[in-house]
Parts: sequence; structure tokens; C-alpha cells
Amino acid sequence: MEFGLSDDQKLLENSFRRFTENKLPLERIREFANTKTGCNADIWNGLVELAATGVLIPEQYGGAGFKMLDALVILESLGRTVTPVPFTGSAIMAPVALLTGGTEAQKEEWLPQIAAGETKFGVGVTEIISTRDSKGVSLSGDTLNGNTMFVIDGGPADVYLIAAGPDNMAIVPRTAPGVTVTQLTTIDYTRMHCEVKLEGVKADLLGGKGKASEAIKKTIMAGRLALAADTLGAAEVMIYKAVEYAKERKQFERAIASYQAVKHMCAEMITELEPFRSLLWYAAYAYDEMPDEALINILLAKSGIDEAGKFIKRTATEVHGGMGFTDLMGLHYWYKRVSVNRALLGTPDILRNEAAIAQGWLAA
Amino acid sequence: MDLSYGPEYEDFRAELRAFIEKNQHKAPPAGMGMKHPEALEQDWQKLLIENGYTCRTIPKKYGGYGAEPDILKTVIIQEEFTKANVNSGLSGQGIGMLVPTLLENGNEEQREKYIRPTIYGEIHWCQGYSEPGAGSDLASLRTNARVEDDHFIINGQKIWTSGAHFADMCFILVRTEPDKPKHEGISYIMMDMKTPGIEVRPLVTMTGAAEFNETFLTDVKVPVENVVGKRGEGWKVANTTLKHERGMLGDPGQMLSRIESILKILQNEKLDGKRLIEHDMYRDRLIAAQAKTEALKFHSLRLLSHTLKNEEPGVSRLIVKYYGTTLARELSDIALEALGELGQLYMGSPHVRSHGSWQWRNMFDLGLIIGGGTSQIQKNIISERGLGMPREPKLAETK
Ligand SMILES: Cc1cc2nc3c(=O)[nH]c(=O)nc-3n(C[C@H](O)[C@H](O)[C@H](O)COP(=O)(O)OP(=O)(O)OC[C@H]3O[C@@H](n4cnc5c(N)ncnc54)[C@H](O)[C@@H]3O)c2cc1C
Ligand SMILES: Cc1cc2nc3c(=O)[nH]c(=O)nc-3n(C[C@H](O)[C@H](O)[C@H](O)COP(=O)(O)OP(=O)(O)OC[C@H]3O[C@@H](n4cnc5c(N)ncnc54)[C@H](O)[C@@H]3O)c2cc1C
Repeated sequence: MEFGLSDDQKLLENSFRRFTENKLPLERIREFANTKTGCNADIWNGLVELAATGVLIPEQYGGAGFKMLDALVILESLGRTVTPVPFTGSAIMAPVALLTGGTEAQKEEWLPQIAAGETKFGVGVTEIISTRDSKGVSLSGDTLNGNTMFVIDGGPADVYLIAAGPDNMAIVPRTAPGVTVTQLTTIDYTRMHCEVKLEGVKADLLGGKGKASEAIKKTIMAGRLALAADTLGAAEVMIYKAVEYAKERKQFERAIASYQAVKHMCAEMITELEPFRSLLWYAAYAYDEMPDEALINILLAKSGIDEAGKFIKRTATEVHGGMGFTDLMGLHYWYKRVSVNRALLGTPDILRNEAAIAQGWLAA
Repeated sequence: MDLSYGPEYEDFRAELRAFIEKNQHKAPPAGMGMKHPEALEQDWQKLLIENGYTCRTIPKKYGGYGAEPDILKTVIIQEEFTKANVNSGLSGQGIGMLVPTLLENGNEEQREKYIRPTIYGEIHWCQGYSEPGAGSDLASLRTNARVEDDHFIINGQKIWTSGAHFADMCFILVRTEPDKPKHEGISYIMMDMKTPGIEVRPLVTMTGAAEFNETFLTDVKVPVENVVGKRGEGWKVANTTLKHERGMLGDPGQMLSRIESILKILQNEKLDGKRLIEHDMYRDRLIAAQAKTEALKFHSLRLLSHTLKNEEPGVSRLIVKYYGTTLARELSDIALEALGELGQLYMGSPHVRSHGSWQWRNMFDLGLIIGGGTSQIQKNIISERGLGMPREPKLAETK
């Protein structure tokens, strides 16, 4: 028994951290965020070269054929630098959907394009989880109608995978007749999600009619893992930024890091976060190796990391004093990334409710 | 304890309700106070003062209503304006901090000159305390003033000066006696923002707006009569201001209206087809926060009673800034959580609720947890001055 990252995974982690840290000093994050496009071409191409866009895609379709835990190692690095790319939608959720539910022809058509980074996917499953402003998309005959909101990474996407009820998922090119895409602007300008409206759109259904229920479930699970890993990376960086700042900043003729109040804030942040790294690793491992364990552990991991993230985004800002509140330090880019991850694909309240149902504590 | 509302108070409430009913069409929307008051706000303020619904206890000769302090009336005013969701008059650093400071420490000439235009919204003030190196350790400030021909000549830099870009005047702390120990060398000065040598540069915050500024001061000439209190006694004077700022930051009236707005969200918004108020997790959190807000409301009354009797309320006053700003953030958190993904939308986005103002508030609430003395400093004050615990020992000299 060994619980931890393998040597290969550590190498992977190192190379991605180096890549993102080189590419994304604060000025560049600020620059990209201001474009509000949700995808920086230079970084996206770099990720293609590193084979990251095909991380979950088997070699036969042009990918690297890695496992979910490997993918999360990459995602954590992307979260660390609030990387402006549509990775969760295109490199995690869409491949999982296609691999789980696609016909051979669909896999052959799309997976190589995803791995090569030529085609970017946005994924619309919000209304399967909960509905607010939108009712979701419905299928009648072979025609799709309706709207779906918070399509993950839908801003820069070329093609959409959209759930039409719990059993169907449609592959819809952005340019297909009857498709309207509306950008949604959240506080996080590094990724762009959108609303997609379909009016009489002819459906290419994943795996055929009524065949996508397993794919939808797995896509949501994979998306939740991805968002949690992104928050893990972003939150950890906030903690270390706070620690570094506290060592530098002096008040009352001493480093503020020497005040127990400040030390304890930092100690609490890391204590809240680190156990969830372990749970997340376990959940990612279960996703591939122990399917029965996956659902519940993913629900617990994302809701727990979201809560830790909420505490950390606030506390790390407090450690920075007024500086944390300004744009000068740019700390808010991490704060906002963590906030939005928390709300996507189920807020902690919703996830905990699902967890009660998943364990049979509550009727669905 | 005597909280009986005799007929006098019932009459007062009825009159106030009639006043609001009749005049509310003249009221400007309850604003965020992020701009200089314009004619609309000034006229409304004037009407409120003339009727004794704001600046109630400020003496008549300085432009106030000149009433005797009366807690029940204060409460009634707060309740009725909140209930009607009508603008209850101007607030801000001038009215909230400078005016009480002048009443306590100013001379007659200063009170006559500044209080009236301040409460009528003609002079808007900003607070020039913090510096890049002097935040929590405010007394280490280095902006200095020397005296030449009846003028202070001020040089240095301030930061976080909220509203400096539209303020007419600034109450500023400067070092006037460089040879004295740090708390004894500071003076509190009122400075006209149009004086040559003042450069204001906006500072963008996490909200995306520039709510405050860096203020650079080069040979700024201010008449010596603009010092409040004595030269070198600025620290004491500033602490009067801080006391009022910290009281202001725990204002329950504002939080009561937030509860109303959140309740509307829970009643109007749906999750999975069910109104949010029917989901017990949101309802439960709102009621827990309501309990804290009501507690703060009556706590404020208790503090007000102490003030009227000239009693020092001790620890119960010291907790207000920390408690109030934490609670305010909790409230905006609840609104955002209840809105789920929609709560993450910001300015100008389709589907955004109330223009993204809950996100803006939530971020600004965090700012206010830091501004005006951070939560950690407040906790030090509560435990050391309030509970009599010793100060943290000085660090041993280390290399
Ligand atoms: C249930 C229980 C089982 C125990 N079992 C054992 C055992 O098997 N063997 C054994 O040797 N001991 C045992 N202990 C003793 C235990 O290790 C001590 O109680 C502990 O180290 C605290 O010491 P103290 O009680 O002297 O409290 P103090 O050290 O006097 O602490 C009092 C308070 O001050 C705080 N404090 C002290 N120093 C600092 C500091 N530098 N910074 C911040 N806060 C500080 C503490 O957190 C605490 O809140 C046990 C204690 C308990 C309660
Ligand atoms: C929204 C907002 C509005 C503001 N408006 C104004 C204004 O109008 N005018 C003005 O002059 N200033 C204003 N300020 C400045 C504000 O007063 C300072 O930011 C605040 O006092 C903290 O100082 P600092 O930012 O330098 O943080 P620092 O003092 O550097 O604090 C950094 C961290 O160290 C901690 N710390 C410092 N000393 C201790 C200690 N002894 N013990 C334990 N912990 C400690 C703090 O709690 C904080 O977590 C505003 C600030 C904000 C955020």
C-alpha cells in the first residue's frame, strides 16, 4: 500500500508548475483576464505540446491515455496560476462524455481534434444538477429546443455537449443553425462560461437516443473533480502568498508573521486544506479503479474543498491587510477563481444534499 | 429598563410615517455613498434635518435640529426608514466622523465654519490617516508638517483615502513634532483638497472600481488655525474619530435593510422550482443572521444609553466593529449562496441580479473587515483593553 503521488506524477507536477509559472507572471494574468475571452492561444498551444489536452484520451485517438489522478495533477497546476484556458470543459468533461457514451464514429471524429487542441468543447449539464433561470434543453423526435446556462468553458468553445434531460446528450457545433450563444460574465474573468439557446436544432446524440445517462453522470463527476483540483491549486497559492507577505510586511517594528494572530490564520488555512488534498486524490483514484466509491467521495471532496476555499480566500486576503483588497497584489484573481468554482456544478449545499441521497439517507 | 412607548412616541411615529408617505417621492435612492452629494441628496438632507429625522441632536447653531437625545425616537426613526426602504439621509466620513470629532475637540470657530456645510452635504470629507508603512501601526505615520508663517507645510503620502477623488476637504494626521515619542508628535489637521501640491491617484480594488486613492502631498500649505485640538495632540483627537468610525461600521440599520433584501431574494427566487425560502438551509442561515442583527440592534441601544449618561461602556463597545463587520459579510454571503451560480455573475452580465451589487458588497464587506482597524487588531483591543489581558510581549531582539 502506498498513498501518494507516484514518481511519474511528481515529474508531471513539476513540469506543469514550471510551465504555468513561466507563462503567467501577474502582469500576464491581468492582461489575459482583461480580454475576457476565456482562452489564451499561447498557453493553450503550450498545453497541446505537453500533451495535456489529450491527458484522458487513449493513445489510439491521439491522446496520452492517462488516468484521472494524472489529470488532476495538471489541473491543480493550472489553478495555481489561475490559467486562462478552457481545460475543464474541453480536456476533462468532453473526453469523459465521449469515451463513456460516444459511438465509435463519434470518438473517432472528435477525440483526436480535442487532443490536438484544434477543437474546443463547452459542456452544458447545469440543469441536470439544479434549475434556476433556465429549464434545460429537451428533445422531441430528433430536434432540440430550450436553453442551458453556465455551460462550462462555453465562451471560447467551438462545439457543445449539451444534456437534454438525464438520458440524452447532444453534440452541437456552435455554428449550427438555431444555436445562440450568450456570454455570461462572472467575477472570474479568466474563464468564460455561457448560455446556449437551441431552437429547432437537429441533434447528433451521443451514443444514440436515450443512451447517454451514464455519460452524463460521469461527465458531471469528472467536472466536479476538475473544479475541486483547480480550487486546491488556487487556494494553496493564496496561503503561500499570505505567508510570504507576512514575512515581508512590518508593523510595530516587527514582521507581522511574528504575531500569533497572523501565524494562526495561516496555520488554520493550511489545516483546512491539506486533508482535502488526500480526499481528492482518493476520489480521483476511485473514479478509475473503484467506481462504487467514486460518487460519494467526489461529492464530499468538492463540497469540502469549496468550504476550505471560501475560508482561505477570505483569510488570505485578511493577512494582506488593505493590500489584499487592492488590485495591486492581484490576489483577487485567485479569490474569484475559488468563488466561481464553488458555485459551478453544484454549490456545497447541493452537493451535500446529493451525498445524503447517494448514501440512501434521504429519498431522491 | 424603560421602553414604554407612551402616547408621545406613538404620535412621533405616526408623524414620521405620514412624513415618509408624503415625501418619499423626493428621496434619492438609498445610495452607496460613493459620490459627492448632488442637489437631490442635499435637498432631501435639508428636509430631513428641518424635520428632525437626521442630525437630530446636533445643536441648532451649527445647523442641526438641536433636539435633546432620546433613544426611543432614534430607534423609531431607524425602524421607519428601514421598513419603508427610504433613504435616511447622508452618511460618510464627514458626518459620521469629523462632525462628532469637532463637537468633542474642535474650537467654536471651527464648529461654526464646518459643521453646517458638512451635514448639508456641501462639504464632502475624506480621511487621511493610513500610509503605506503605517496601517495597523497608524502612530508610526511619517507624513510631516513644518510651520512657516502661520502655515503648515505638509509633505508625504497617504493611502486608502476613500473618496479623495471627489472630496472637498480631508482630515489628515501628520507628524508635527518629529522629536517627540511617536504618539505625541502627531497633529490632526483639516486640509482643503484644492490646495496646490495635492495629487490624488485612484487605486483600483478587487471590485474592479477605484473606491479609494493614493494621495501624494508636496509642500501643501494649510493655515495653522486648521489644527483640531492642540498641536501634538492629534493621536487623542484621532481616536475620537476612530471610535465613531468603528461605531459606524457596526450600524444595525443598514443590516436590517439587508435582511429585508435577502428575504425578498428567498421569496422571489426559485431553486428546482421551489422558492428558496422553502429550502430550510437558506432560511435557517438567514434567521441565524437575523438573530445576530437584532442582537446588535438592541446592543446599540444599550451603548447609546451609556453614551447619554456619560458612562464608559467598556468591552461591550469594543466588540462592535468586529461583530458588525463580520455580520455584514455573513449577510452578503447568504445572499450569494442562495443565488448559487447566479450569485457569481457580475456587472452587465445577462441574468445578473441587482447589477451584481451582492458581489460588490461581499467584497467591500471584506474590505471593511480590514479597514478602520483589522479584525485581528480589534481582537487585540477586545482582549487587552476589554478583558484586561496583558499585551503580547515585545519580540526579543533577533538578528
Ligand atoms: C486529556 C489530556 C491528556 C493528557 N495526557 C498527557 C500524557 O499522557 N502525558 C503528558 O505528559 N501530558 C499529558 N497531558 C498534558 C498536556 O500535554 C498539557 O496539558 C498540554 O501540553 C498543555 O499544557 P498545560 O496544561 O500546562 O497548559 P498551558 O501550557 O498552561 O496552556 C494553557 C493555555 O495557554 C495556551 N498557550 C500556552 N502556551 C502558548 C503559546 N506559546 N502560544 C499560544 N498559546 C499558548 C494553551 O493553548 C492553553 O490554551 C494531557 C492533557 C490532557 C488535557
Ligand atoms: C475598504 C477600506 C477602506 C479604507 N478607508 C480608509 C480611509 O478612508 N482612510 C484611511 O486613512 N485609511 C483607510 N483604510 C486603511 C485601513 O485603515 C488599513 O488598511 C488598516 O488599518 C490595516 O492596515 P494595513 O492595510 O497597512 O494592514 P497591516 O497593518 O499591514 O496588516 C496586515 C495584517 O497584519 C495583521 N496585524 C498587523 N498588526 C498586528 C498586530 N499587532 N497583531 C496581530 N495582527 C496584526 C493585520 O490584522 C492584517 O491581517 C481603508 C482600508 C480598506 C480596506
